[in-house]
Amino acid sequence: MECKPDILGWNGLQFFGAISASISHEIKNVIAIINENAGLLEDYCFMAEKGKPIDPARMKAISEKVAKQVKRGDGIIRMMNRFAHSVDEPVRSVDLAELIALVVALNGRFAANKNVKVDVRPAEAPLLLSTNPFYLENLLFLCLQYAMESAGGGGVLTLTPEKSAEGFSITITGLADFPEPFPTRPVEALLEALDATLTADPASKSLTLALKR
Amino acid sequence: MTEKVLLVDDEIDFVDTLAERMKTRGMNVSTSTSAKEAIKRVEEEGFDAVVLDLMMPEMDGLEALAAMKEKNPDLQVILLTGYGSVEKGVEAMKLGAMDFLEKPIDTASLAERIQKAQANRMILVEKKTEDKIRKIITGKGW
Repeated sequence: MECKPDILGWNGLQFFGAISASISHEIKNVIAIINENAGLLEDYCFMAEKGKPIDPARMKAISEKVAKQVKRGDGIIRMMNRFAHSVDEPVRSVDLAELIALVVALNGRFAANKNVKVDVRPAEAPLLLSTNPFYLENLLFLCLQYAMESAGGGGVLTLTPEKSAEGFSITITGLADFPEPFPTRPVEALLEALDATLTADPASKSLTLALKR
Repeated sequence: MTEKVLLVDDEIDFVDTLAERMKTRGMNVSTSTSAKEAIKRVEEEGFDAVVLDLMMPEMDGLEALAAMKEKNPDLQVILLTGYGSVEKGVEAMKLGAMDFLEKPIDTASLAERIQKAQANRMILVEKKTEDKIRKIITGKGW
């Protein structure tokens, strides 16, 4: 079958799939913990039926663990909901700092798996720009994937969003080297769609994504 | 005989609660939140069974399984998967895992598998002892 792949569409779907899989894994963990605590309550009830008194402190600890997981699950679902709404409109006004925070959070499990810490330097003022939020999230995610691969286990990456003469920039520091040719084809397509540029600086071991206002 | 089991998962609340449940079932339970630490403990302490999460930071369950089995071929490992990946489960069995379970787990099934793991290990240890004795007897020409 002959097919002409749409790079942005296919890559976008891959990104959406990767994030959905990661979120589903996180939610499974939350459910697994709640399940174990429900089971533990059942064990204690069974023992109480056999005459062993229930310790209120244990009950309180179990209730706190469940509440903690409910809060965690709520946070994951809120994040998922925000991400899902990224495709609502092709162009809208976004706060760059908020978008970076979302991508870093979505990237959390990938970073943990690679044992890389990702920090974000807070912006001094809101960085509002009109863009395609989904494309920008996708591009930033790909840049982070590359940067994490470069930084390696134990590495620390820092993202700094700033205002620039032409618009805004996001600098990622903490890379170790630049092992593969970068940008790749999907990155090139995203850069073109967003009218953005990406520069690698081997001296400061950083990547800078420049976005027009 | 009490089953000696090591539970390994990076989710501390999960591993602690599961440990408490297994302890109420009379098992001797240890926990670890790092695959690397678990590999070390397996070598030092010896367990009837290891219950290992598939997805962990730094080193995933399959890598940890391979490292554990390399030095302890008789070790019985039960893998826990977060998203019902049959392929990963099959891969784990090929690497020598005894079984795999999907999260959220059924504790009764896990307890049953841990008991089976202990029985499997005992059989392997007995067989090794028998082979050793047979070797000595044959060597002496008795």
